[in-house]
Amino acid sequence: MKRYNIRIAGVGGQGVVTSAHILGNAMSAAGKYATLVPFFGSEKRMAPVEAYVRVSDQPIYEVGEVVYPNVIMIYHPQVITHGKSYTMPFYSGLKEGGMVIINTDVDIIPQEDWQILNDLNTRVFNIPATKIALDIAGTELATNMAMLGLFFGITRLVGFEHIEQAVRERFLGNTFVASGGTTALDSAIEKKFKKKMELLEKNMQVIKETFKVAEERGWVEETALIN
Amino acid sequence: MPEQRVIDADELILKTERQRKFITGAQAMAEAVKRANVDIAIAYPITPQSEVMHLVGDIWAQGYLRDYYRAEEEYGAMSAIAGAVRGGARAFSATSGPGLLRGLEAIASWPGHRIPVVLGVLTRVVNAPLSIQPDNVEISYLLNCGMVVLHAENQQDVFDFTLAGFVISEKVDVYIPVAVCTEGFFVTHAKGYVNMTPEDLKLPPRDPYKAPVPPTDCEIPPARIQRDAPVQKSNFMSYLIHAVWQQEIWSSNRRAMKYINHYLGGPIEVVNEDAEVFIVASGCAAAQGREAVRYANMEGLNVGLVKVKSIRPFPEKQIRQVLSNAKAIIVPEHNIVGWLAKEVKACIPNSDAVIGGPRVYGGMTLPVELIMEKVYDAFGIKKSKKVVV
Repeated sequence: MKRYNIRIAGVGGQGVVTSAHILGNAMSAAGKYATLVPFFGSEKRMAPVEAYVRVSDQPIYEVGEVVYPNVIMIYHPQVITHGKSYTMPFYSGLKEGGMVIINTDVDIIPQEDWQILNDLNTRVFNIPATKIALDIAGTELATNMAMLGLFFGITRLVGFEHIEQAVRERFLGNTFVASGGTTALDSAIEKKFKKKMELLEKNMQVIKETFKVAEERGWVEETALIN
Repeated sequence: MPEQRVIDADELILKTERQRKFITGAQAMAEAVKRANVDIAIAYPITPQSEVMHLVGDIWAQGYLRDYYRAEEEYGAMSAIAGAVRGGARAFSATSGPGLLRGLEAIASWPGHRIPVVLGVLTRVVNAPLSIQPDNVEISYLLNCGMVVLHAENQQDVFDFTLAGFVISEKVDVYIPVAVCTEGFFVTHAKGYVNMTPEDLKLPPRDPYKAPVPPTDCEIPPARIQRDAPVQKSNFMSYLIHAVWQQEIWSSNRRAMKYINHYLGGPIEVVNEDAEVFIVASGCAAAQGREAVRYANMEGLNVGLVKVKSIRPFPEKQIRQVLSNAKAIIVPEHNIVGWLAKEVKACIPNSDAVIGGPRVYGGMTLPVELIMEKVYDAFGIKKSKKVVV
């Protein structure tokens, strides 16, 4: 059985909660299991945000926030450098043999924290997610997609087609029907639809890129390849 | 709204083909109300119940209910529910935490007034300082009212208990209210898979004449009890009438058990009945317990789960039997008083075997790891703490 209890920490506006939904929906598209913990409270741009996702190939019964994660995803370096987080320190509750994925291009973990992470046998993956998002999609709003792509690149929990299905659902929802009855779509909707399709395409490119990064750097989990 | 066809309760609940939907606990409760041929819903909004009553308002607007209104507050809502049911209607209400306590005088009078009704209890912290988070201490306030109290683990239970709740409460030999409790947010606002009966089938309407006490008849109890002068005085007639009436309510409560067996597959669910160590839990603590059993089994530890679905009537015999060889009994709860641990201790001969806890309160989540700590203690396993908190 594979089971990942994920805590995502970022700041408002980065799409932390959105990507948690996409993560869950991708698992669902693959016929596997996921639960999300809804996040309550008023959030604003650059204020700390946390989301929790549990994913598995077996049914999940557990509810509530993930207090003891085995995966921690840090969407913004300030979560660590400025302590912009509900959970301090950022690795609080991390289980032995877990992983931490950080959006950064340089090592930002203080020496004493490295000691703790090493004692816990933690795998730490640094990825310049915002830079990749800017380079490929032309917007830092795709940072969450880069993080998501790397997580699935490492764990190989679902196929690429499942991620695409989940992202498509998120951007297009059930409101747009691409085939049949297109005459009903007036030009405004078509224009909006076209823009959404472009966004979708760019986001998928970002995911593809970080998915590839996992492979190129040999980060793919060994157990992931058994499936 | 689809045209709904009336179907026998047993057919609807036990035999129809079900469809799987991924919905919140609040949706599951409203979906059950939709299929229960409910005449009227009355409530006063409070978080996290408001989600349920909002959805019930939606289905009223679609034509599933005949009437729906927001009362002045919970005391008014619960009193109006009694009036509606006395008048022959099938009614539904729901509340949470402080709202439940505000309505409690009226609610506690329902069993004595023979009010068959389903009340959704979506738990929330009741004590100051103010909080909207899930803590289920409020269930303990319901335990001595005489009503049937069911505690749902997940969205599926919410659907099943609510739909069956109407049927159980209206059985002539029961005829008391049923509270369907579940944790706010953890269940009400989170999604899970629910197998639901077809949308175009509903329960038969309430037959108010199929009752141990005819509604609105002042010549016989319960109305006569209030009308007759001797009952309001200090005399043996008064004591006796009330004593007999209370006995009858609690007998009714116990008689609900056979319907809980019939419609809900019994008051408890046992996982791994040959276990050495048991987790006994209700509501969403049972979900955490289920995970703990899985964690434990992965580590080769023989741990089982007793999920308690019915808190009133409390399945004393069944629990005593399952736990007869248990080395240790762990009771995780979402409240500080440990009401379930007390119930369990009171019904087994070796109450020292009960480890009351882990308990979380104030709405905190109940990590499986906390339950595992008790499991390790029970087996005498020393674990070096490998988690940094």
